[in-house]
Amino acid sequence: MRKGHLENRREFLTGCLAGAAALACGDGLLQAEAMRPQPREAKSKVVVAHDALLRRSGAGVDPARALALLDRAMQALCAESEPAGCWRKIVRPGQRVAIKVNTLGGRGLSTNVQLVDALCERLQSAGVRAQDIVIFDRDTAEMEHTGFRIRTGGNQVQCFGTDRVGYEDSLSRFGSVGSRVSKILTRQCDVLINVPVLKDHDGAGITAALKNMYGVIHNPNKCHPNGCNPYVADVNMLTEIRSRARLHICDATTACYEGGPGFKPQFAWHENALLVSADPVALDHTAWQMIERKRAEKGLSTLEADGRPPRYIATAADAAHRLGTNDPRRMDLSEVRVA
Amino acid sequence: MQPIDRRSFLLCAASAGMVGSIRCLAGSPAAWPAAASPDDSRYRREAQFYQKLANRKIKCKLCPRECIVGDKERGYCGVRENRGGTYYTLVHSRVCAAHIDPIEKKPLFHYLPGTLAFSVATAGCNVDCKFCQNWDISQSRPEQVPANYLPPQTIAALAAQNHCPTIAYTYSEPAVFSEFLMDTADAGHQAGIRSVAISNGYLQDEALRAAYGKMDAVKIDLKAFSQGFYRDVVGGELKPVLDSLVTLRKMNKWTEIVYLVVPTLNDGDQEFRSLAGWIRTNLGGEVPLHFTQFHPDYLLRNLPITPVSTLERAKAIAEGEGLHYVYIGNVPGHPGQHTYCPRCRKVLVARTGFEVRQMLIRKGGCPFCGQRIPGVWHS
Ligand code: SF4
Repeated sequence: MRKGHLENRREFLTGCLAGAAALACGDGLLQAEAMRPQPREAKSKVVVAHDALLRRSGAGVDPARALALLDRAMQALCAESEPAGCWRKIVRPGQRVAIKVNTLGGRGLSTNVQLVDALCERLQSAGVRAQDIVIFDRDTAEMEHTGFRIRTGGNQVQCFGTDRVGYEDSLSRFGSVGSRVSKILTRQCDVLINVPVLKDHDGAGITAALKNMYGVIHNPNKCHPNGCNPYVADVNMLTEIRSRARLHICDATTACYEGGPGFKPQFAWHENALLVSADPVALDHTAWQMIERKRAEKGLSTLEADGRPPRYIATAADAAHRLGTNDPRRMDLSEVRVA
Repeated sequence: MQPIDRRSFLLCAASAGMVGSIRCLAGSPAAWPAAASPDDSRYRREAQFYQKLANRKIKCKLCPRECIVGDKERGYCGVRENRGGTYYTLVHSRVCAAHIDPIEKKPLFHYLPGTLAFSVATAGCNVDCKFCQNWDISQSRPEQVPANYLPPQTIAALAAQNHCPTIAYTYSEPAVFSEFLMDTADAGHQAGIRSVAISNGYLQDEALRAAYGKMDAVKIDLKAFSQGFYRDVVGGELKPVLDSLVTLRKMNKWTEIVYLVVPTLNDGDQEFRSLAGWIRTNLGGEVPLHFTQFHPDYLLRNLPITPVSTLERAKAIAEGEGLHYVYIGNVPGHPGQHTYCPRCRKVLVARTGFEVRQMLIRKGGCPFCGQRIPGVWHS
């Protein structure tokens, strides 16, 4: 029985917000689409950038080398000789940029703070105001625990979780998914840069770019049955996400090949790499292969044999989603190294 | 009926002397950071029904879903979390909706008619019905909905102060807050207040016996009589719900069944016939069955309101299969809301909406012909 008479503010908001999102993103959306592979034509570029000396200064990631690694990856992705040229293809001055990190794995296995600092530096060099950048995940306390310094207000990069602002009242829908989306995404963001972590996932097989979007909806717990398929693909189809997602930078400085998504030191390794692409499907396919190689090296069975192949990747590429390609023949994979 | 509020997030912890005033708990609509989230430790208790696994994982044994949950993750219902290999409920005493309702609103028609139920809910549900009317709390995590700390003794005291002989666990799914439900039922019984659960019946046997063993009555939403509907529309399974009904019967727990009739999805004659036949065979013909009217909501907005004629057809089929107490719900003023004596056909309890206009049952029987009428009629 209904618990009370609810005013249906939601339905009203749904329409308004859909319109507002479209207006706010305007040509941003066009740019985002242009970054994606067009059917049967351009290949999806995926760059895997390594730096064996990323932790030269000790156990932690060296901030200067993190910046150099990001630059190297972006220059390869954008075919530009200078970082500034790369970022001009991603953002424009005046735009508001949200950086979705992943902090579920605590200090051991979360998006690297130095990497995000490097990203913020480059965004500001491209003309984005510090206060127009927000680093976010689901939960502020988790972010803080991981090492992110929480910042709200003032002329500085913002950093806090959706728990501080909440989710839209309106439901966004695609396929199997009906979710409320983070207000950080809907109200403070024109461009979304996704910075997940490369991880094994006990239910989904792996988690990298696509699944990191579970962190912007209010009900990820409802999206885990059946190996998260088709939920991961459906979540990424939500207008609020799809229209803003511009770039995916998967943090593989530390990754895990088993026991994920939580941090279990015995299954983690320092890959000291970034995977970068505008195509989250191609990136996830590449991430999957990296995890399979590591599993084979460690004598573990394939994810398929383990009963948890990441089927959602193929779903994300199918005709109902077209979020990118999972066909290696339609990917342009380059591996680069920082000297 | 005493509606404490109009909007569900207005918590009715308001009775005289107890809390003092109605408090609005609606969240701020501003998209700007609020203060840090408060510590949730007072809502957290170790869960009762789970098993520890290797690598700090757990297997939840509360409902048939049996979520295997890794460290720092939550089960499907969103209100139980693994922290370092120990599983916790996050919703003990975390009340996000509280109202004083007529018991008829649950609906329970053969249980203390004309009385009030102090009705409470927490966030969370172990299924995802596409037609849920309370999805804003049932499909949310506890930290996403405004809530108040209302421990069991406070609820029992509020119920007593508001002349409610019963506490109802309702609106979302009480199975997922079973630890809180059990503690509150105990507190209520100590204060002379009964408890009823309004549930989907999707629980494992041990949990059902433990939690609903403390109830004085249970209403089960039997959402359809086909596994396909349960899979596609509910996100659950039919068989465990039927098993729960049989178990409740064996426990001699007063039980009523609601069947929400959704146009084109669960409204076929054969489905009504199979449903009624199963109830008669497994539970007996005296179990009240309520066919209620669907209204478009949540993810199922493309279907019309159930025609009254469909509900009448369902009722006729169920009665034809041998069920004696078949009701039509969500249709105020319909004669299918009344309780009739199955022998002399006289109206024994006359209802309009949730209001009982006439209650003639005396000593559990028909005053006209003496027929015994099953139920809990007097406190
Ligand atoms: S009660 Fe919740 S956590 Fe437990 S099995 Fe059911 S859905 Fe999963």
